[in-house]
Amino acid sequence: MSPTREEQHWMYRNMVTSRRFEEAIAKIYFEGKSPAFNMANGPIPGEMHLSDGQEPVAVGVCAHLTPEDVVTATHRPHHQAIAKGVDLDKMAAEIFGKKTGLSGGRGGHMHLFDDDVNFACSGIIAQGMGPAVGAALSRKMQGKPGVAVAFVGEGAVNQGGWHEAMNLAAVWNLPFICVVEDNGWGISVSKETASSIGSHADRAAAYGIPGKRIEGNDPYAIFEAAGEAIARARAGEGPSLLECETYRLAGHFMGDAEAYRPEGEKDALFEKDPIPKMRERLLADGAASDAELNTIEEESAARVDAAIRFARESDDAAPEDALTRVFAA
Amino acid sequence: MTKSNERKLTIARAMAEATAQEMRIDPSVFVMGEDIGPLGGVYGNTRGLIEEFGAERIRDTPISETAFIGAAVGAAQDGMRPVVELMFVDFFGVCFDAIYNLMAKNIYFSGGNVKVPMVLMTSTGGGYSDGGQHSQCLYGTFAHLPGMKVVAPSNAYDAKGLMTAAMRDDSPVVYMYHKGLQGMGWLGTEAGATVHVPEEPYTLEIGKAKVVREGKDVSIVSCGMGVHNALKAAKKLEEQGVSAEVVDLVSLVPLDRETIRASVAKTGRLIVVDEDYMSYGLSGEIIASVTEHDISVLKAAPKRVAFPDVPIPFARVMEQFCLPNPDKIVAAWDEMQAA
Repeated sequence: MSPTREEQHWMYRNMVTSRRFEEAIAKIYFEGKSPAFNMANGPIPGEMHLSDGQEPVAVGVCAHLTPEDVVTATHRPHHQAIAKGVDLDKMAAEIFGKKTGLSGGRGGHMHLFDDDVNFACSGIIAQGMGPAVGAALSRKMQGKPGVAVAFVGEGAVNQGGWHEAMNLAAVWNLPFICVVEDNGWGISVSKETASSIGSHADRAAAYGIPGKRIEGNDPYAIFEAAGEAIARARAGEGPSLLECETYRLAGHFMGDAEAYRPEGEKDALFEKDPIPKMRERLLADGAASDAELNTIEEESAARVDAAIRFARESDDAAPEDALTRVFAA
Repeated sequence: MTKSNERKLTIARAMAEATAQEMRIDPSVFVMGEDIGPLGGVYGNTRGLIEEFGAERIRDTPISETAFIGAAVGAAQDGMRPVVELMFVDFFGVCFDAIYNLMAKNIYFSGGNVKVPMVLMTSTGGGYSDGGQHSQCLYGTFAHLPGMKVVAPSNAYDAKGLMTAAMRDDSPVVYMYHKGLQGMGWLGTEAGATVHVPEEPYTLEIGKAKVVREGKDVSIVSCGMGVHNALKAAKKLEEQGVSAEVVDLVSLVPLDRETIRASVAKTGRLIVVDEDYMSYGLSGEIIASVTEHDISVLKAAPKRVAFPDVPIPFARVMEQFCLPNPDKIVAAWDEMQAA
């Protein structure tokens, strides 16, 4: 299953939008935080986890999803949110802690919720697993269409809750897909020192479900594998596990000195940046013209600019609103 | 008394009846947990449900609380109304992240755009020598963390009304039922918990306390099993010519501070009975609710009858030594008078 021309353009557009969004955030993030780095200061306070380099996983999977499908994302959620169609203006405003944000500033960058497109994320490792499995159960019990996808990092697979949830999804044969984004690093701990096996996809055997590892951070290969897994889930054939090799071009969080990286690793990663690679491939395959790609890039940049402007110009969250919405209205 | 409430039910039967009645009218309600299917729940509160509703809606789970409580959050956000059981509240350690970081926070994180209509049933309490990992109450632990409503019925009438209210609530409700009140013989049986229960569905307002015995000399405030100890103590005090009022909190979150304050304003004295650990818990919260509001209503310093700050011991004599009981409540009154 290869992506159509239209799907390829969609994938490229979302990868570029995600990257431009993160570039904008990276720039603004340091405003007001110096001379001594103070995380709480500036227009974007708090921890910030960028997903530069990991865009192929988000678009390869989400290209198969509709707003009706459920996604639970990680603490590094922006590429996944953008690919799932989360409102970019409201998402930017949420990251700035504004009143117009997805939840009016109550959630922040690690807790983005957009119920229009069934997107949620969490700041805690592997925590999206249970809710995604539950959403899949809900669909099955209601006879409603839709699948649930939990994105997790490769570090999450060593978390107990991950195994419980995989077993539950398998034993109940749910329309669930776990997508492991293997960027090689759990904060500063490498996958090889943290995991007993090289491919987490092999763990699928423990649950009697299909597992597949996709190498090379290749959006088309991810698209193809995700398409198969999602089609299986939609057909009532149960869950799947995908592990996608990807690269974290930034640190774990903004301000991470990345001293744990082996010498030269970072340079090598930039040579494998998936966005210029995809551009070259689209042109080489004749799937897009230079002019088309320029238009996509300009439109993406304009959309990001508009979202950032919306966030900057929105009113700050009202302090007293902190005391509301603890319970459902 | 209408014809429909002539029969008496145990809390366990009242919970099962409420669940069945709600499941008949609302297809989005389903039950998940360990041994809640053919076994009918270790405490009998899902008995008979699988026969009527089948294994799809009365869903036995693997021993995987993190997964199935997390799954309940996802199902609740996706339009279902799951009722899940954490068999012993003591087991919260293996799944608390799903409870207080997901279940309790997702409404807030979403700015109210997401609802989490689920009920987390869990058993509390000891007194039958089951040791320190199967006998705790942990009311304060759950009530302390914002985002979950917490209820703790002391009798079958309240149990049914709270269960129906909890299933209809769009926010997560932690439903803490005391093992000794379930009407299961093997856990000891508190006769006062088995009361008349109407057959038709009804709800109890979550967040509303009840004055279950009127009095004018002292307010004894408690929940769950503590209410029965308080009522027994009130009878003993009555023999001494002391008129004790007993307040059943019914809900821990929201806490009905108004009813507590009104009672203490009337009696001028306060004894809090709490089977949970003494420090940093419910008993301190009740006292603070009164004293920081208007300390002038008090004619004496408040007293606490709570579980001492030790893990719950196994040996029967040791556990009974630690648990609140009517005699300790009477002794607290005596100390209050002596002070």
